[in-house]
This record gives sequence, C-alpha cells and structure tokens, in this order.
Amino acid sequence: MSLLAVDLPYWAQSLLRVLGGTVAVLLPAGTIVYLFLFKMMSFMQSRLGPMEAGPYGSMQLFAEVGKWLQKEDIAPARADLKVFRAAPLVVLMSTFLLVAVVPFGPDAYFTNFDAGVFYMLAVSSISTLGILMAGWSSANKYSLLGGLRAAGQLIAYELPMVLSVLGVVIQAGTMNLQVIVIKQNSDSIFGWNGLGYPYILTQFVAFLVFMISVQAELTQTPFDMPIAESELVSGYMTEYSGFRFLIFFIAEFATAGVFALIASVLFLGGWGIPFSWAGWDPTDLGSIDNWMNFGGPLIMFTKMMVLTALIMWVRFSYPRFREDQLQRFAWKVLIPVSLVNIMITAIFKVAF
Amino acid sequence: MPDIADRQKLSYIAAQAADARLNVELETEGMTLNIGPQHPATHGTLRIIVRLDGEQVIWAEPSAGYMHRGYEKLTEVRTFPQVTALVNRIDWLGSFANEVPFILAAEKLMQVEAPPRAQWIRTILFELSRIANVSLFLGDLGVQLGAITPVFMAFRDREYVLNLIESATGGRFHPNFDRIGGLKDDLPAGWITETKQVMKKLRNFCDEIEALLFGNEIFQSRLRGIGVIPAEVAKQYGLSGANLRASGVDWDLRRDQQLPLAYDKVEFKVWTHPDGDSFARCWIRLQETREATLIVDQLLDGIPSGPVMAKVPRIIKVPAGEAWVSTENPLGEMGYYVVSKGDLGPFRVKIRSASFNNISIVPWVLRGVYVPDVISILASLYFILGDIDR
Repeated sequence: MSLLAVDLPYWAQSLLRVLGGTVAVLLPAGTIVYLFLFKMMSFMQSRLGPMEAGPYGSMQLFAEVGKWLQKEDIAPARADLKVFRAAPLVVLMSTFLLVAVVPFGPDAYFTNFDAGVFYMLAVSSISTLGILMAGWSSANKYSLLGGLRAAGQLIAYELPMVLSVLGVVIQAGTMNLQVIVIKQNSDSIFGWNGLGYPYILTQFVAFLVFMISVQAELTQTPFDMPIAESELVSGYMTEYSGFRFLIFFIAEFATAGVFALIASVLFLGGWGIPFSWAGWDPTDLGSIDNWMNFGGPLIMFTKMMVLTALIMWVRFSYPRFREDQLQRFAWKVLIPVSLVNIMITAIFKVAF
Repeated sequence: MPDIADRQKLSYIAAQAADARLNVELETEGMTLNIGPQHPATHGTLRIIVRLDGEQVIWAEPSAGYMHRGYEKLTEVRTFPQVTALVNRIDWLGSFANEVPFILAAEKLMQVEAPPRAQWIRTILFELSRIANVSLFLGDLGVQLGAITPVFMAFRDREYVLNLIESATGGRFHPNFDRIGGLKDDLPAGWITETKQVMKKLRNFCDEIEALLFGNEIFQSRLRGIGVIPAEVAKQYGLSGANLRASGVDWDLRRDQQLPLAYDKVEFKVWTHPDGDSFARCWIRLQETREATLIVDQLLDGIPSGPVMAKVPRIIKVPAGEAWVSTENPLGEMGYYVVSKGDLGPFRVKIRSASFNNISIVPWVLRGVYVPDVISILASLYFILGDIDR
C-alpha cells in the first residue's frame, strides 16, 4: 500500500486499516443518525428535532450514547445468556465485514480481492443470524415472532439482491469491486467518455431492485415487520437495553451507510471521477492521481449520503407491508424482474 | 348472512386444512400471546388475549377493565352540575361531546330547553370535539401501520382545534362547559372568524392525509378486505358510529332523531361504505371529519343571537323520572339513562359508551387473521380506553 508514495511497514498498514474501518462504519452511522433520523425526519414532520445539545442539537448523538452507556444491562431471567449477549455483536460484525471490501480510492481499500461481490453478498446475511439469535434467545414471544419474521424476510430478499447485482457483474465481467469502479469511470457511452459509464444507466432496473432489497435487508419501513413497534413492541430488540441496544442501533444505521456505499460502487461509479476529466489512461492504473486516496472517500461519502437520504425518505413516509404481502412481493415481483434483467443484460453482452 | 362472512371463515378453514396436510408429522402447538395491557397498539390498557397458530389468530378475547374508574357509581354521589366534570373523562379526546347527552337527559327531566344560541354553540363545540378526536385517529392510523409522519401532522392540526375549544371554554381537554339550561359563557370576540380559518386548515389536513395515507398502495393493501364486518353482524353486535356506517348501514343519530341541537338547520351528508372492511371504516372517518368542518362552517354562518342560558333555579333539583338520551359521538352512539328521585344528584346513571360495544366484535372479527391485521383491525375499529372502561 502506498499512501501518497509513502511506504508503510505492515503493522502501520494494519493499524491504519483497523482505524479506517472503524471510521468508515461509525462516521457514516453518526452522520446518518444526526442528519436524517434527527433532523430530516423532524423537518418532514413539522418539528425541529433536537435543539438543546450543542448548536442545532449536533451533540445530541453523544448525549444519547452517554445515556445508553449509563443504562443497566438487563437480561431476561430465562434468556439464553451467551447467545443473548453475542447477538448484537454478530449483527455489528456483519457491518464491519461488509465495509472491508468497499474501495474508497485507488489505494484506499481494506482488502481488494477478486470475489468481492460474492463476499459482500455472503457476509451481509450474517446479520440475519444475529437477529435470529436475538429473537430466539430473548425468551419473549414478541422477540420470537420478530426474529422469525426477520429470518423469513431476509432470506426472501437475499435472492433479489444477488440477482440484481448479477446484472452488474455480467456487464463488468468481474466480481472485483475495485475493477468495477475503474471500468465504470474509464468506459465510454457510444464513444463519448465525458461521463464515464456508471452502470445505473443500463442497470437501472437492477438498481431499483437492489435498493428495495437493501430496504428490506435493513428492516426499514415499509419492510420493518421484524421490529414493527406497533405490533411486536420492538420485535427482536424488545428485551435489549443499554449498551446492547446501542450496538443494534449503530449496526442498523451503519449497515444503511455501508449498503449505500456498495450501491454507489456498483451503480454510481464509486470513488472515481470519469477518467477523461483528469486525462488518466484507462489502461494504466498508475496514472491515477494519488490525491484520489483523499478525494475518493469524500466522493463516496457524498454518494452515500444521497442514497441513505433516499432510504430514510422512504422509511419516514411509508406504512409497512404485512409479512405475507412482503414475501409475495419478493417472490412474484422482484425475482422475476431481476431474472428478466439478467437475461436482457446477457443478451446485450453477447450481442455487443 | 351474506357470503362475505362465510368467505372469511372458509379461507380460515382452507388455511387450516392446508396446514394440517403439511403438519401431519410435525404437530404444531399454539401460542398464547397477550397483546397488552401495556402495548403500543392498545391506546392505553386494553388486554387482548390471542391464541396463535404461527402468526394466525385462532381465538381472541378482549379483556377490558384495567382502567375502570366507576363513573356510573360516582355519579350517584354527585349533584347534577358536578357530573359533567366526571363524564368529560370518558372519551378524553372528544370531551365536550360526552357532556351533551347527559345534560340533554337532565334537561329532558327538568323540562327546560336551552336557548337557540346555546344549542348552536353546543352543536359547534360538539363537532369541534369530533374533529379533534377523529383527526388524531387519522394520524394514529399511520403509526399503527408503521408510517410515523402522519401522526405529527395530526397533532399539529388538532392543536388549532384545541386552541379554539380552549379559547371558548377555558379547557383544552376537559371543557366542563355545558350547563343544565345552556352554557357557561358566550363565545369570545373574534372566535367565529378564527374558527372559519381553522376549518380551512383542517380540510387541508384531510387532503394531506388522503394523499399521504389513503392513496398509498401499501396502506390499501393492508386494509382492504381485512376485518370485514357484514351489516347484519355489525347490527347484532351493536356497533355504532363510523364502524356501523362502514358496513353499509345508513344510521346517524345526528340526522335520525330530534334533539334540541342545531343539526336540523344544516345540510350534511351521512357517508356510508358498502365494503365493511378496515379501509371502509378509516375512509368513513376521513369523510366525516371533512363533513364536520363543513357543518361547523354552516353553523357559524347562521348562529342566532340571544342569551346562552335559560332560566333555571340556582340549586338544581331534577324532578323524579327516567330519561334516555343518546347522541352521535365521535366514537359512535353514546347515551345516558338517567334515573332521578327528585334529589340534587341522580339516583342511577347508566352510561352507554360507544367503544365498549364496538370492541365486543373483536373475538368475531379477529378469528383467522394474522398478527399485523390484529393491529390494523383494532386501529380501524377505533376505541378509546376511557370509553371502554368508564
């Protein structure tokens, strides 16, 4: 790894990566919670949101974290304690594993391997396991219903997500996320390379399906039956308090951020700017400016905020589906649509 | 009985049969779930015991009484003017409407009638409390279905109505404004123009809710065809108000009975819906809120002048006798059967509150539905705990 042509020893690289991973998960989560959950939602609902802690309530998040840290860590008497305690960590772990493959710049990535898309889809379902563990071990009927709903829902939505990503993979001809980004920025549309070739232009159906699946994967409204606060009190999170609830909370919003990062990598051109703008040579990656290691994360952050704003906007305005309607929607609408999308993509790929 | 109820039963039996085929070897055990007494969906402390097979309800039973305050008994140790302070708290979202039927029953026994201006103001405040009550329902409906934004709009716009009620009566929630023979006070200056502006805002609110919730496909798919109550069943269970009209029964006490209120002076439409499902119940309430704002507008235009209090003795002794008066309250038919023995206070008061009868259909309508539908059906039946437990 050469950050601005400075060669670092292995330990320093590892330290940087761990720090970077933590920042890449916690910073977006914090911004999403403050900007969207606290403020955007409040303005949509004709109120101000937090205003007391810090200027415009900007320190509210720290106040909340402080509050949660002070709270007693309560576990139900009949809970399966080991599983109960591990569950939030499993959910958060899935987020950290996800962020590991996201490229932020030509050299700013945590790991860069060829099966990146495959890995991403695999680790994203670990959170299902954590949610199921939480639901089952809480010894609470609401939690149990919530956990089982989550399992059914997340498995149903894994498939459209995989199928929608396949369209991109076919078009790019690779599963390496870094290569997908570079391809999107170096390709041209009918010989015109002013915009690169972000895959949302051809894969907009896949993009829609992917965002809907992400909404379901994150258990956000209209797919929030596992939590469903008006039916199941709080679903699988009912029995959690204090720090463990905080971990679930962070994981929810961090995963929203990370999925938005992945969506921007797959469909919106990731960290890159169209190569023609800077005069970089598409065949020679060494020509990419090293400053993109700083600029890239900022570009990614902007794209992530746009996509999470979309996710949260839907979350604040829609009512929720019923469990069976959700399954019907996944199996009868999303999967056929994404299959057709794959077919058309493949035909075009072979034809051109 | 129409086939729609049979269809619900048949679909349940078919689902059971399908499950039975699958579960020949795997015997599944039911699960009893206590929804409440402390639960976000019960608006208070109602307990609903449901027996679940998976997520399907096979048996349900509402268990009321966690908030029983004994108002019927308490009225026996109060004088007549004191009772309104109690009955205010029955349906706490539309408080003023609770006072009216009791006062009318007492006036009937005393054979006094409020002057016309008092009757008109009573009717206006009655409709305002209906708007305050039902607009909150329209927002809360969203929360029950997972949409969090409408409820804030409802709170925002209900505030205008509460301010009106406060400026006229002095109390936001519990006005205690009605007196035997009239009203405590006349309207404050400028109230009529202000009310007209607020009614415009409330109509805007109804349009907003209609666009945000009722036009939403998810909302419709959650409510249409769910919790169907046929007209016959609704009548048998004694439903009233919007729940009954949503089943296609054209029955509205504002229009169908003659009371010393100003309803016969205004034009209004009684909305009915042929479907009888949850969506119909919610839709009827939306239309009725709109209709109520129009009623208020008409009443404000034609409000007569004159005194607001008839001649009644300073110490009110109600002559011996029995009287029953019921009105079309926000939640449905609310009536008081007042027995007087000629004392300062009533000898016995029987309160017929709408929600108590409206939730009696819960065991019938919840059978065979899924857990999320339990919530949406309860939300659409719209009960207030104070109105159930009294």
